[in-house]
Amino acid sequence: MLKYVTKRVVAAILTVFALVTIVFFLVRLMPGEPFTSAKLTKEVAENMNSYYGFDKPILEQYFTYMGNLLHGNFGYSMKYTNKTVNYIIGQTFPFSADLGIRALCLAVSIGLVLGIIAARNRGKKLDFACVLIAIVGTSIPDFIMGALLQYFFGIKWGLLPVAKYLGFEYTILPACALAFYTLASVSRIMRSSMLEVTSQDYIKTARSKGLSELRITCKHQIRNAIMPVMTVLGPTVASVLTGTFVIEAIFAIPGMGKYYVESVNNNDYAMILGMTVFYGCFLVLCNLIVDILYGVADPRVRIGKR
Amino acid sequence: MMAEKENILELKNVVYSFHTYGGEVKAVRDVSFEVRKGEILGIVGESGCGKSVTAQCILRLNPEPPGFFGGGEILFKGQDILKMSNKEIRKIRGGEIGFVFQDPMTSLNPTMRVGAQIEEVFLGRTGVTKKEVKDRALEIMKLVGISDVEKRYRQYPHELSGGMKQRIMIAIALVSRPSLIICDEPTTSLDVTIEAQILDLLLDLREKLGTSIIMITHDLGVIARLCDRVIVMYGGKVVERGTADELFYDTAHPYTKGLMNSIAKLDTAKGEKLQPIEGTPPDLFSPPVGCPFAARCDYCMDVCNEMPPEVYQLTDEHATCCWLQHEMAPDNDMKKKPEKKGEVR
Repeated sequence: MLKYVTKRVVAAILTVFALVTIVFFLVRLMPGEPFTSAKLTKEVAENMNSYYGFDKPILEQYFTYMGNLLHGNFGYSMKYTNKTVNYIIGQTFPFSADLGIRALCLAVSIGLVLGIIAARNRGKKLDFACVLIAIVGTSIPDFIMGALLQYFFGIKWGLLPVAKYLGFEYTILPACALAFYTLASVSRIMRSSMLEVTSQDYIKTARSKGLSELRITCKHQIRNAIMPVMTVLGPTVASVLTGTFVIEAIFAIPGMGKYYVESVNNNDYAMILGMTVFYGCFLVLCNLIVDILYGVADPRVRIGKR
Repeated sequence: MMAEKENILELKNVVYSFHTYGGEVKAVRDVSFEVRKGEILGIVGESGCGKSVTAQCILRLNPEPPGFFGGGEILFKGQDILKMSNKEIRKIRGGEIGFVFQDPMTSLNPTMRVGAQIEEVFLGRTGVTKKEVKDRALEIMKLVGISDVEKRYRQYPHELSGGMKQRIMIAIALVSRPSLIICDEPTTSLDVTIEAQILDLLLDLREKLGTSIIMITHDLGVIARLCDRVIVMYGGKVVERGTADELFYDTAHPYTKGLMNSIAKLDTAKGEKLQPIEGTPPDLFSPPVGCPFAARCDYCMDVCNEMPPEVYQLTDEHATCCWLQHEMAPDNDMKKKPEKKGEVR
């Protein structure tokens, strides 16, 4: 197990390294530069460029950046000139993560239950209802979902606040809007995976042992059916926790999503890189956790045990 | 001597079908037989003849829907299994009747330790402590020939070999000391040395525990080695029944004869072809009116296509369902001069 984890960690570090390198050179291929505003005089722009080290050879810039990165330093933003990228991430990530965790808890718990109920009642009305929810969830984009929730719960019925992020009641609508898509895909995958497991021979064995249906579902089906859900959950967790531009914009939540999208528009090299590396590390970490959890859920995956 | 023993299980005119998109598949058509205490009953027939469905009917393990009973009775110790509630049938499953499935590779839950899978049989059965349950599990594992049981007990199915897994399956079927075990082709997916061990094990268990066994197979070698009595199924019907000796040495149905002929023999000369039974099994969506085997039968007569054959009782045990035994039938090497004409069963 230790060997397996070490191998995974080394692979993860290499992945992040490759990611940084590729993104570092790619951002410089984008049209435009950070300081091209018409308001800036030529001298000011040159000063700015030399202040950020853009006048040095690109390889030197690369090694400097990598050196700083090893110390966990993402550098200064080129748009919000007095703030470091670390500071901005530190300020905004907690909001995104908080919202993301709420949305995930909602999505995974309800999604799994719906999937299991649908599979147990295959072909009946309950199954149809669950599948309908899944289809609606996957086909309605989150910004429409968010707007609908705001309209009905916030404005028409006046039950919940429409925007901002100031307390528990503020979190409900954005979390629901964000959760819906994940919920739908989790329930869809769980349903089909449960159905596949249901036709396995060992379920018949379990039945031949005289076990109750409840026991068969809980002990024999769910654990074997959960693997595909875990697979999709890795990347989903990463993207949901690091914030979504649309939901955060609709609900006026001071999360990371806005900065990520803006940084590209602004040619804010340090921000693009910082955000990408942060997101990349997070994604790699989530996948690493999923890989390790595989081993917990399925003994066949455990490698080098003993 | 055998005939005096009491019946533990009796199937009477069982009909079982499946609803499919193509229509109703009549998988089991009017099957009757009985299993006696302590005997090994073989059920032979080619793939798709209804052996497995019949066996699973006994524990109502066929998926319903699409499957459904079209009639008949299954009496286990005098009680009709078909009339039981789900709760009652669950007591029979695992407790009174054990079931060994065909493929040990896929029949064990890959995410559970084998020990736990054996112990699960005791769930919901009262009067045993956790310690007793574990002792029973270890004891049964030893009994089915597993060495180093403490270690095996904690292992997962993927850590065991195929033969070992089938032993675990047999252990699961045996652990609550059932009075009947149904083995659905338990050795088809194993190699011959392991097969021999498993068959010896079953014989040994019958000796020690007095368990009745239903052995479903398409391997006549297994039948010869193991079974006291045999029924031959074809097209969802029983076509011949009798003691193993009667079936092998006094074959009375052309299908059984075809099965015997198609066995590869040690003295088959090089280049000599095996003798298959020409043709394919009947379409069970619309089974033939007459004898199901008529289309493939070398002895086929006009009557065979028109009327279902009667049952001819040849000896106490031996019966066949074939028009060749009729007194009007022309002389043939199948004809046994029935002692008495049995009623249609």
